[in-house]
Amino acid sequence: MTTGSLTAGRTRFRLPKRQIPVLATLVLLLVMYGIGVSQYTAFSNVQVIFNVFIDNGFLLVVAVGMTFVILTGGIDLSVGSVVAMTAMVSAALLKDGMPAALVLVIALLIGPTLGLLMGCAIHFFEIQPFIVTLAGMFFARGMCTFISGASIPITDGFWTSMSQERIGDPQGNFVSISVLIAFVVVAVAAYVLAYTRLGRNVYAIGGNPQSALLMGLPLGRTRIAVYTISGLCSAIGGILLSFYTLSGAPLIAVGMELDVIAAVVIGGTVLTGGAGYIFGTVLGVLVLGVIQTLITFDGSLNSWWTKIVIGSLLFAFILLQRLIGIRYK
Amino acid sequence: MTDSRPVLTMTGISKSFPGVRALHNVNFRLFPGEVHALMGENGAGKSTLIKVLTGVYDTDEGVITLDDEPVSFSGPMQATAAGVSTVFQEVNLCTNLSVAENIFIGREPRLLGAVRWGEVRRRARALLTRLDLDLDVSAPLGSYSLAIQQMVAIARAIDIQARVLILDEPTSSLDAGEVAQLFRIMRQLRDEGIAILFVTHFLDQVYEIADRITVLRNGGLVGEYPTAELPQLSLVEKMIGKELDVLEGIEEHSRRDLAALEEGTPLVAVSNFGRAGAVEPFSLTIHAGEVVGLAGLLGSGRTEVARLLFGADRTDGGQVAVDGASSSLRTPAQAIDHGVGFCSENRRAEGIVADLSVRENIILAMQAARGWLRPIPRRRQDELVDKYIKALNIRPADPEVPVRNLSGGNQQKVLLARWLITEPRLLILDEPTRGIDIGAKTEIQKLVTQLSDGGMAVLFISAELEEVLRLSHKVAVMRDRQMVAQLANDDTLDADRIMQTIASGSHREEADR
Repeated sequence: MTTGSLTAGRTRFRLPKRQIPVLATLVLLLVMYGIGVSQYTAFSNVQVIFNVFIDNGFLLVVAVGMTFVILTGGIDLSVGSVVAMTAMVSAALLKDGMPAALVLVIALLIGPTLGLLMGCAIHFFEIQPFIVTLAGMFFARGMCTFISGASIPITDGFWTSMSQERIGDPQGNFVSISVLIAFVVVAVAAYVLAYTRLGRNVYAIGGNPQSALLMGLPLGRTRIAVYTISGLCSAIGGILLSFYTLSGAPLIAVGMELDVIAAVVIGGTVLTGGAGYIFGTVLGVLVLGVIQTLITFDGSLNSWWTKIVIGSLLFAFILLQRLIGIRYK
Repeated sequence: MTDSRPVLTMTGISKSFPGVRALHNVNFRLFPGEVHALMGENGAGKSTLIKVLTGVYDTDEGVITLDDEPVSFSGPMQATAAGVSTVFQEVNLCTNLSVAENIFIGREPRLLGAVRWGEVRRRARALLTRLDLDLDVSAPLGSYSLAIQQMVAIARAIDIQARVLILDEPTSSLDAGEVAQLFRIMRQLRDEGIAILFVTHFLDQVYEIADRITVLRNGGLVGEYPTAELPQLSLVEKMIGKELDVLEGIEEHSRRDLAALEEGTPLVAVSNFGRAGAVEPFSLTIHAGEVVGLAGLLGSGRTEVARLLFGADRTDGGQVAVDGASSSLRTPAQAIDHGVGFCSENRRAEGIVADLSVRENIILAMQAARGWLRPIPRRRQDELVDKYIKALNIRPADPEVPVRNLSGGNQQKVLLARWLITEPRLLILDEPTRGIDIGAKTEIQKLVTQLSDGGMAVLFISAELEEVLRLSHKVAVMRDRQMVAQLANDDTLDADRIMQTIASGSHREEADR
């Protein structure tokens, strides 16, 4: 049989192929950090990295949810609006004097519910995720302004303590509670994707939905689940954002869904689904955060440079994925 | 074969799709410990019967029983859980997942909800060893050939404690050695008492492995026969419903003098065509009215040659002359301008547009050639389409049926019609008869002969040497992405000589065997 030689011939290329995008992101991140350290003395301060996490904790959580969706080959455009809506609802309910615990529960239910509905629409009516979640995006954004046209400040004790609590080391470096929450979300998500049936079904569906169905995997349930998960992550992200800003604003997080998609793709998850890791998404978010930090440190550059750099990187990474994809066949 | 009660029966099964009656009052039974071949032409209803059985489709009428209990599966998962496993014609696995995961996904061994990856890999290795396959179980499935993927699909099916194993054309992409391996496994499973339903187009394989045969024709049951009591010729007659002497008809296909054919200016002459990583540079001339066969193993570069000639891939260098004048074939549009037509081997992905009707599919290439600003009048469309539906015997003979609802062989004919309608001067046919039953195959072979008699040049690619020999004036042999020989099809050329040409010098492969 020739199978023996086939095996030997094929496996040589295996390791790099799957990991190339993530490795590329890691290298990129290290290079950018190196540039920062060599240019600005204060950049080597550990707190700089901690600040990247503090400033982008909510983005990370939302990107984790988006990773699930993109792994199935879908897309969720509603995340930015759901983040804003969650923050708005929390702020409005707190202003009316509702207890913080109850507000948390309600706020955390809104996102997943909307996600569930969108997932059902996508699955049962076979509508493109793009258009369903676009509708979700407009709906949630509209709800924000419906709640209040202006920003609502949050003065609740629990919120302010979550906002100001610092968890640090003796040198004075610290992170916020939001960062810890984000890490927990990352850890749980990585576990779910690697070790549970739900997670593996996500990869299978992203690889080939038709095959997944014929292998007896629950296609519909999994699809609906990923949009619900993305909704939940957006809700958690919204809460974290309200911790961070201590307010709910109707126009906050506009366009955030695009940053999130960019972070996930730069993190090596393939837009057509089936390949990618949560670890890559963490790296993707860090890349975005470090770019912002570099531009802040420079001081003379317009903040729009962030967008220009992200745009170029995104393009480079999609090109990289494409090249790997071609070699795969 | 045991003479116990059937493990599975299907009684009075009927199923219709819009415009097509796929099954009509079909009965079928399957006993434990037998290999039962389900035979029929394309469109006879074999695939539909299997999909009804496994719950992919609902039945319109009829009863299915498993162990005398009526059952109705909601889908393959439920069927599998009940012990009815299927390996479908096209490999239905996820190429992005590892080999081990493809075998176990959906029923991985778990501990407190967590997949035990070590256990998954260990069991996968054990299972593949049982099938004599030496694979890296943690490599992505996509890094292996289609044949290996098919074996992995079978591994997946037999690991589930299956009592009924359905193999829907599992051998169409396997080479002889792999088929032998598969049959060894099938016999092993049969002796363990598993009932195997086996669908194939290869008659020899049926007589090698099957205990009984059920024949379908046009969605109806023809009958059920013990293999020993049904000679091959009667089987074919029952499948196509008429006496079979059509094959003999083309057996003596005018082996016109190659020298006479090659006198004039070649229609297309390429020299030093090639593409790094796909196929080594080659030179080839094709004359009007000439059928050039392209023989070689799967993956030897046959399709790559076709794609270069059609401009679907760009050649790295070399020259082309069309009608003796220097020219180029850099894009499909240029090739079409020169009168080249290309029927892809991958009809589902690169050929038919499943949701369009037969008429729209047939008219597509002609419309493209005319340009979109000059629509073809509807009456002219209907004329042309009717003509080709009749000429190629496309069934159902309804131009408005979506192509999706046609069987594989009939889809292939639609694809052929699409190119024939543009009246190409060189028609490239890449595996036009793969996965097609003998009746449709014969029709397509006859058509190739007629076309070449009418002056059309044909590049005929096929894995079946007999077919290549029967039709070609000249055979180009591919080996390891190289065109190693061009042999005139005179009386001395036979399958053995082509095989020798393919094999000669391939010491490396021999060492592996």
